[in-house]
Amino acid sequence: MTLDITALRVSIGGREILHGVDLRLEAGRVHGLAGESGSGKTMTGLAVLGLLPHGARASGAIRLGDRDLLSLPAKELNRVRGGEVAMVFQDPATSLHPMLTVGRQLTEHMRHHLRLGRAEARARAVDLLAKVRIPAPEEAYGRYPHQFSGGMRQRIAIAIALACSPKVLIADEPTTALDVTVQAGVLRLLRGLCDELGLAVLLVTHDLGVMSAVADEVSVMKDGQVVESGPRGNVLRTPSHPYTRTLLASLPTPPPEPDSPAGPSSGSDAEAR
Amino acid sequence: MSLLAIDDLVVEHRSPGRPVVRAVAGASLTVAPGEVVGLVGESGCGKSTLARAVCGLNPVTNGSITFDGEPVTPLGLRRRKLTGIQMVFQDPYASLNPRRRVGDQIADGLRTARDTTTSPADLLERVGLPREYADRHPHEFSGGQRQRIAIARALAARPRLLIGDEPISALDASAQSQVAALMRDLAVESGAGLLFISHDLSVVRLVADRIAVMYLGRIVEVGATAEVWARPRHPYTRALLRAVPQPDGLGVLPAELPGDVPDPANPPGGCRFHPRCPLVMDVCRDKDPDFGPVACWLHEPK
Repeated sequence: MTLDITALRVSIGGREILHGVDLRLEAGRVHGLAGESGSGKTMTGLAVLGLLPHGARASGAIRLGDRDLLSLPAKELNRVRGGEVAMVFQDPATSLHPMLTVGRQLTEHMRHHLRLGRAEARARAVDLLAKVRIPAPEEAYGRYPHQFSGGMRQRIAIAIALACSPKVLIADEPTTALDVTVQAGVLRLLRGLCDELGLAVLLVTHDLGVMSAVADEVSVMKDGQVVESGPRGNVLRTPSHPYTRTLLASLPTPPPEPDSPAGPSSGSDAEAR
Repeated sequence: MSLLAIDDLVVEHRSPGRPVVRAVAGASLTVAPGEVVGLVGESGCGKSTLARAVCGLNPVTNGSITFDGEPVTPLGLRRRKLTGIQMVFQDPYASLNPRRRVGDQIADGLRTARDTTTSPADLLERVGLPREYADRHPHEFSGGQRQRIAIARALAARPRLLIGDEPISALDASAQSQVAALMRDLAVESGAGLLFISHDLSVVRLVADRIAVMYLGRIVEVGATAEVWARPRHPYTRALLRAVPQPDGLGVLPAELPGDVPDPANPPGGCRFHPRCPLVMDVCRDKDPDFGPVACWLHEPK
């Protein structure tokens, strides 16, 4: 199933934040949304789920299959949210409830959306925890978020998002709060899940490195508009919009080459083991 | 002569009913005046504990910290001698007092330095904020602006060593490199040393003259930034650098370092990195490589 955002405009308190955003998410593809803070990346993600701040007005269309999410009545929208469209937030320390066990947070929406019984939901939750590679999923089920590390918590947040087999996953800066080594694992997980489950993923990130690693298509936003959109290689290697070029130029690199001729062993044989 | 010398520092956290956690287990590091040293490592490796110990916020179990030739003593409740070390904390939403005007908070620092000529507004100007902001309260500012105020407050005390404990990780991506560069410029300008702690390697690379890589309470590699970046020698440093995704448009997933950071309450014997090291040898399991600048048996000094 595809998610089509066309001419999305959002205004808060009379001020227009998004000036006509067009995006298309396809099953099994990761669509990256880049841009600096305040450019409207997060607002676009929130608009899909109807989570815009109080008093915001949205116009345009967000089509999921043959439904328009913007004009859907609240009751039906609730069926879509968490069920067909799920979201992973930036900071797993705040997006998980600190006083409920991981199991409780994993099964609550499953039982609601999928009408599963207690035991079925539990079995599915343990499967999910195993799928996102949480060690000892049976025990993890009964633990609380503070008993896990940041990377593990983000994996759990991803498991919660995947619980009702969504078609669309919106990941808002999912690795920004994590260490690079942990980030690598979460990115691999996201990419793998996208390929395996045919998810349409919207990856919101400011990190063009992350973008380059997992996204198939990249869109760049500036001041509430998409200024450039296209396949990853084109946008990152031969950017056509001057803003994309400034974004790329402002990176603190030429990229590092940790595998350049070095000490007694080169990086490539480290990988071979 | 170095400004700050940390020698074989050990810091332990004790809590009742739990095993003793050795957060810093024999780390040595120096910072010279006007030098920027970046300390990197994964979360839980002891970087923040090391910074807090340098400020006297954590008692030292073993080893020594000398600042300007004098040992650093634990911070007293009311007054301290060592105002030469100032710290900028991670979260500017928590480190500024919400009920006091920012100008008054900066004035605290000026009073410590017995500075009667500078006004808080001057310091705001130095960190790139308008002078009239001194009358405002912290809630009127964005995260990046608050961190600038925290930096102004630390600089007001005329420190000779500035410590930033993840000063940019709570900030928005676009503000991160600006604030990091600002800290560097202000510290170098005033001739102070800067110990910059962060888990973001690309930002540390931007600001630091030297990089120290920490793993599980130990400093495993120290070297000039360009040198470490171009030719990382310790397998852990290599793994860290390889995990940074590159914006090359090729779609290469960054390399994953297998396993988790072991529990510092029960560190593995021998080299602390050996269970995760791709190049592990027999000697690594038995003997701890306690030498520098690269604490790895592959780089044993002759």
